[in-house]
Amino acid sequence: MTATNVEIRNGRLIDPRHGVDGKASLFVAAGRVAGVGSPPAGWRAGRIIDAAGCVVCPGLIDLAARLREPGFEYMATLESEMNAAIAGGVTSLACPPDTDPSLDEPGLVEMLKYRARSLNQAHVYPVGALTVGLKGENITEMGELAEAGCVAFSHADARLADTQVLRRALQYAATFGYPVWLRPQDAYLARGGVAHDGEVATRLGLAAIPASAEIIALDMILTLAQETGARVHIARLSTREGVARVREAKRAGLRLTCDVAIHHVHLCDIDIGWFDAQCHLVPPLRSARDRDALRAGLADGTIDAICSDHAPVDDDSKQLPFAEAEPGAIGLELLLPLTLKWAHEAKIPLAAALARITVEPARVLGVDAGHLAAGAAADVCIVAIDEAWTVTRDALKSQGKNTPFLGLELAGRVRYTLVDGQIVYQSDAAAG
Amino acid sequence: MRNPQLNGDGQLQHLLTLEGLPVTVIDRILDTALPFVSIAERDVKKVPLLRGKTVFNLFFENSTRTRTTFEIAAKRLSADVINLNIGVSSTSKGETLLDTIDNLVAMNADMFVVRHAQSGAAHLIAQHLSAADRPHIHVINAGDGRHAHPTQGLLDLFTIRHYKKDFHGLTVAIVGDLLHSRVARSLIHGLTTLGTTEVRVIGPQTLLPAAIESMGVRVFHDMRAGLAGADVVVMLRLQSERMKGALLPSAGEYFKHYGLTTEKLALAKPDAIVMHPGPMNRGVEIDSAVADGAHSVILPQVTFGIAVRMAVMSMLAGN
Repeated sequence: MTATNVEIRNGRLIDPRHGVDGKASLFVAAGRVAGVGSPPAGWRAGRIIDAAGCVVCPGLIDLAARLREPGFEYMATLESEMNAAIAGGVTSLACPPDTDPSLDEPGLVEMLKYRARSLNQAHVYPVGALTVGLKGENITEMGELAEAGCVAFSHADARLADTQVLRRALQYAATFGYPVWLRPQDAYLARGGVAHDGEVATRLGLAAIPASAEIIALDMILTLAQETGARVHIARLSTREGVARVREAKRAGLRLTCDVAIHHVHLCDIDIGWFDAQCHLVPPLRSARDRDALRAGLADGTIDAICSDHAPVDDDSKQLPFAEAEPGAIGLELLLPLTLKWAHEAKIPLAAALARITVEPARVLGVDAGHLAAGAAADVCIVAIDEAWTVTRDALKSQGKNTPFLGLELAGRVRYTLVDGQIVYQSDAAAG
Repeated sequence: MRNPQLNGDGQLQHLLTLEGLPVTVIDRILDTALPFVSIAERDVKKVPLLRGKTVFNLFFENSTRTRTTFEIAAKRLSADVINLNIGVSSTSKGETLLDTIDNLVAMNADMFVVRHAQSGAAHLIAQHLSAADRPHIHVINAGDGRHAHPTQGLLDLFTIRHYKKDFHGLTVAIVGDLLHSRVARSLIHGLTTLGTTEVRVIGPQTLLPAAIESMGVRVFHDMRAGLAGADVVVMLRLQSERMKGALLPSAGEYFKHYGLTTEKLALAKPDAIVMHPGPMNRGVEIDSAVADGAHSVILPQVTFGIAVRMAVMSMLAGN
């Protein structure tokens, strides 16, 4: 498919990887960045976008977005969530293997990639299941899965109690250089728990998960990573001590990356209020001190990336007593405004904040994306960063309306999203 | 955040928890309960305060005693009472909690008395009714998971006030499995709200939830130290399933450390009262000599419980 030449004018161009931050035009031709600041020779624009008052940045890269296919179509479909992604400026996303069946067979991965490609929207990078059926018993055909398109292997939020299985999975992955993404949580300490072990869970009488569940698992993973040489990515850090452990491991030279979910950057267990099931998340929202440590870890680079941990859930599965409610929250459309909110509150330079949702997750994924040098794929997000909007059910494209931020006013609305140089999304404001 | 159990005028709309309930509201419930105690001593035990109202006892978790006391309370107020023991079976039929509620609302329910194994179930129902704009329907939490059992808390407060008159200057010791106890949580909120001088909790670390001192209590692991000088001793029920899952080694060892005996009770004030929410496990958390002894006010608690539940129901119906 041949794309029209696009010239994006008058915007503030931010490309964290190349230290670009200033008013400059971006020229897009044949699906790629053809020029930054000045047009390539013989330039003729097919389409001109006036980005005055907007930030023009690389399209967002989300390390965890559940599209719910196959198996959970009552919660969301590929169509609905891919629409949500581009409306949120997300141009690449990794989907965890916790579908039904789980992504443990090449056929499933190929089908997902095929379905995603036919929608012609964001790039989809499946993360394969580390063990068959995510049962924690036998390792998957990682070679076949990688060939089918898996960029990494993970155990999602499924229980993996057997450390021998984990060690062997890491050894096997390390043999072929496949990255392994793991969420640190000790299966036994977390058993039955739904909230952080602290004042709030005690007051509300909710079964609790102690911080030690994360710390012990993290220590174990770091030890095995060192021993096996596997390239490990730590997913969804949630505790203060966890941040300290990762900081220490990185300082000691371990090749390690790590992410945090955007919800945990803003919320803590107090936000559960009177049993708000929208705050039933995995890992649980922890104390305000933990949240502050996560923010500090993001600011100093201990935490590489912020992800949406997008998990659409239907109303019926959420309107249950807290512990019985399906955990998770949507985030594809909130990742950018909530990252901007963090940057604003924590006085983080815009480019540094955007790096956490563009170039850094691209590094974790191991793909050439998340930047706007000449020749790069033209995955672009154009966002009116000061435009305020209210998170309402109607404002969200995702089929899931489950978010603790419903009713909140946020700044930052995506005007245009380009994938491979094509305008795949344009907001009503941009159209009007 | 508005207290979900008070309406716009600060009146009680639902009774979900004692947490955050103003002193004036608690006092009013306890004062209202007072005349209902004497009604129970009359030949004709009925008053017409809830005549024409339909109360649904919705028990998603089995409980004969609590359900019975609510039923008696509602009937003495002349309400029509429907008992529904829903148990686990209806959820396996696919009907959700809120589906059940919607069906009963369609039958013109006026009040729900809800017992549920999950913390927050009563709040969920109250929020659902408020979202559906049904302000005339009231919810009484008859126990939700480990979270709250506010009418039990109120009857405990009523009992303490009956015997001790004033909460100022009192030391109350709560002993046993606080981790799983909604009774303890409700009582602690009530006691601290009413200005109790010292609330102590006594138990092994495995049965005390994290950061419980944030609820305004002093933590003791040594029962003798915790009982010293106490005016009120509240013993909690120990479920036999606590011997599983590595919480406790055995009932015998538990009784040795945390069972209330005459000898340990002697460390409390000479006029101390002993309470228990029932049903008791004699020989596990409490010795029969204490349960049936002079300090025990366990049976009066049951009597007061009906009066307190009548007070709550009549107040809700009037709001």
